[in-house]
Amino acid sequence: MSSGVQTPSADGYLLGVEDLKVSFRTEDGVVRAVDGVSFGIKPGEVVAIVGESGSGKSVTAMTLMGLTRSPNATFEGRALFDGRDLISATDEELRKVRGGGIAMVFQDPMSSLDPVQRIGKQIVEQIRAHDKNISKAQAYDRAAELMERVGVPRARERLRSYPHEFSGGMRQRVMIAMALSNDPRLLLADEPTTALDVTIQAQILDELRQLRDATGAAIILVTHDLGVVADIADRIVVMYAGRVVEQGTLDEIFYDPQHPYTWGLLGSIARIDRDRSQRLPAIPGLPPSLLRPPEGCHFRPRCPHAFDRCTQVPELKSRLADAPDHLDRCWLEPERKRALRVVGDQIGLASEQAVIS
Amino acid sequence: MSRFIVRRLFSMLGVLFAISVLTFLLFNALPNPALRLAGRFASAAQIAHINHQWGFDKPVYIRYFTIMKLVFTGKVISYDQQVNVDHELLQYLPVTVSLAIGAGIIWLSTGILFGVLSAWRAGRWLDRGLTVLALIGVSMPVFFLGALMSYYLGDKWGILPAGGYVKLQDDPAQWFVHMLMPWFALSVLFIGVYSRVLRSTILDTVNDDYVRTARAKGLTERQTMTRHVLRNSLIPIVTLFGLDFAAVIGGGAILTETVFNLHGIGQYAAQSVEALDIPPVLVITLFGAFVVVIIGAFVDILYAYLDPRIRL
Repeated sequence: MSSGVQTPSADGYLLGVEDLKVSFRTEDGVVRAVDGVSFGIKPGEVVAIVGESGSGKSVTAMTLMGLTRSPNATFEGRALFDGRDLISATDEELRKVRGGGIAMVFQDPMSSLDPVQRIGKQIVEQIRAHDKNISKAQAYDRAAELMERVGVPRARERLRSYPHEFSGGMRQRVMIAMALSNDPRLLLADEPTTALDVTIQAQILDELRQLRDATGAAIILVTHDLGVVADIADRIVVMYAGRVVEQGTLDEIFYDPQHPYTWGLLGSIARIDRDRSQRLPAIPGLPPSLLRPPEGCHFRPRCPHAFDRCTQVPELKSRLADAPDHLDRCWLEPERKRALRVVGDQIGLASEQAVIS
Repeated sequence: MSRFIVRRLFSMLGVLFAISVLTFLLFNALPNPALRLAGRFASAAQIAHINHQWGFDKPVYIRYFTIMKLVFTGKVISYDQQVNVDHELLQYLPVTVSLAIGAGIIWLSTGILFGVLSAWRAGRWLDRGLTVLALIGVSMPVFFLGALMSYYLGDKWGILPAGGYVKLQDDPAQWFVHMLMPWFALSVLFIGVYSRVLRSTILDTVNDDYVRTARAKGLTERQTMTRHVLRNSLIPIVTLFGLDFAAVIGGGAILTETVFNLHGIGQYAAQSVEALDIPPVLVITLFGAFVVVIIGAFVDILYAYLDPRIRL
């Protein structure tokens, strides 16, 4: 791309999200869960959407699948997949994409499988929802292959098991097998490792990476865990309170983060090489209510570096001459950011006192 | 699964035994049961005979076996009318079974239909209308509803026979016509309850994660609803149905049977209680309890089939 302005619908992108807005009408008022999100993903790429609870990252992912559609929801913007807009697509058009071209793996494998039906039947159901000509026997063969591919031992026998007969990690493997059943070109993984043990997390991530390499599918990984991201992502989209506050490659975000919120996220990762006598730093305060978000930059109330100009919304654009694809939403000058983000000997969000001194 | 079935059947036998003991003890608590059984004008010889026949002159544990033997070999004689109670019971049973099966089909299918419609249109006019109907159904006493139906549909307009029973083997068409009103009268309460229960379980289930998964898989809305939502929501309905159906067969539809002049188990029980005729009361109590326990066991087995998590 020539400038910092993102044009994700341009050639080469598998999915281009442009200015996506999602709001829900509730009893207390309108909640703007996603407020103008844009990003693109190329085939074979792993893009991580990072943010804390309520940042709109899951809603963004689910909206791409049409899973947030309800009488109380309104959508704006576009999400072009294969030249087709997923936001304005009819329910039937969307149904054909779901589980076919785009598949999704959910957060909690314990509750994401139907408890009263055999695993095999649940996988076959998805295969046959998209391939009307495949026979039952063929579909079961394919299901067994898929289970084997994601590392479920004795796959053929296990097709006859019920979800409660699997461990959490195995269930997530089943979910991934299911998602892969129609060779999707885009896999949406919504916090796929959050509900799992740390050792299992690594295995599942490894599984996802291998699948990307083997099938060339693109992956959107929604997570709040930057540790997970460091393992697997090519590019990172950082979301805060419904908006993208920064996006760039893995290296750009980890080594040259431009937004104070990203500093805070990076500063709060537990690290083995860090002095453990001190408390793990946390970002002070809570995310804003999306019913009445703060004026201007949404992070302003929690930002120790906020100044007058922050009451206006900063545009999402590149502010670095040498990195046109590294976008951020912060009014601070890049030079000043480099000085402000160093806390102790690493990147972090300064506490209020440090700012005064 | 087969282990579950065997275990469940064994525990059923245990419960049946416990019930028989309990019923026996209640019966045993009557002061001077032989006099009661013999009736007002019994001679001393008759009383002695009863004492011997029922084991009242023996220790309690022998008496238990004596009485159970009488009941299960079909030798209990009613003292009011001097007829064999088990034969009587078999006379009344087809009426009650006809009532229960027909009404059961109606209340289960209509209850499910209304529940699904109500959940599908939750909060809209159809749902509100069905809610009001369900409330009316639940609060309308069956004797009142039955009397209204019997008076208008039966006597006044002559659309359906106002009561009575025609044997199925004698005239199936007449059997059906005679049973229609009782079936509906009995069903109304259950339809109200079932549709409300199903509506709320469906609305809970719709928000479950696996339903979202089903949609994400690319299933149509209809497939999602039938294969995942309804399949999981029907589990509590199965339990309810088993218990209610058993209770009707065990004599629980006394009011319906009385209003429509059906000589079923419920009416038999009511008559016997009225006449202070102890032997039929004993037999009917045992029969009713046994039906509930046995059908309950089958429901549990069906339940385990529907929900694999409880097959332990």
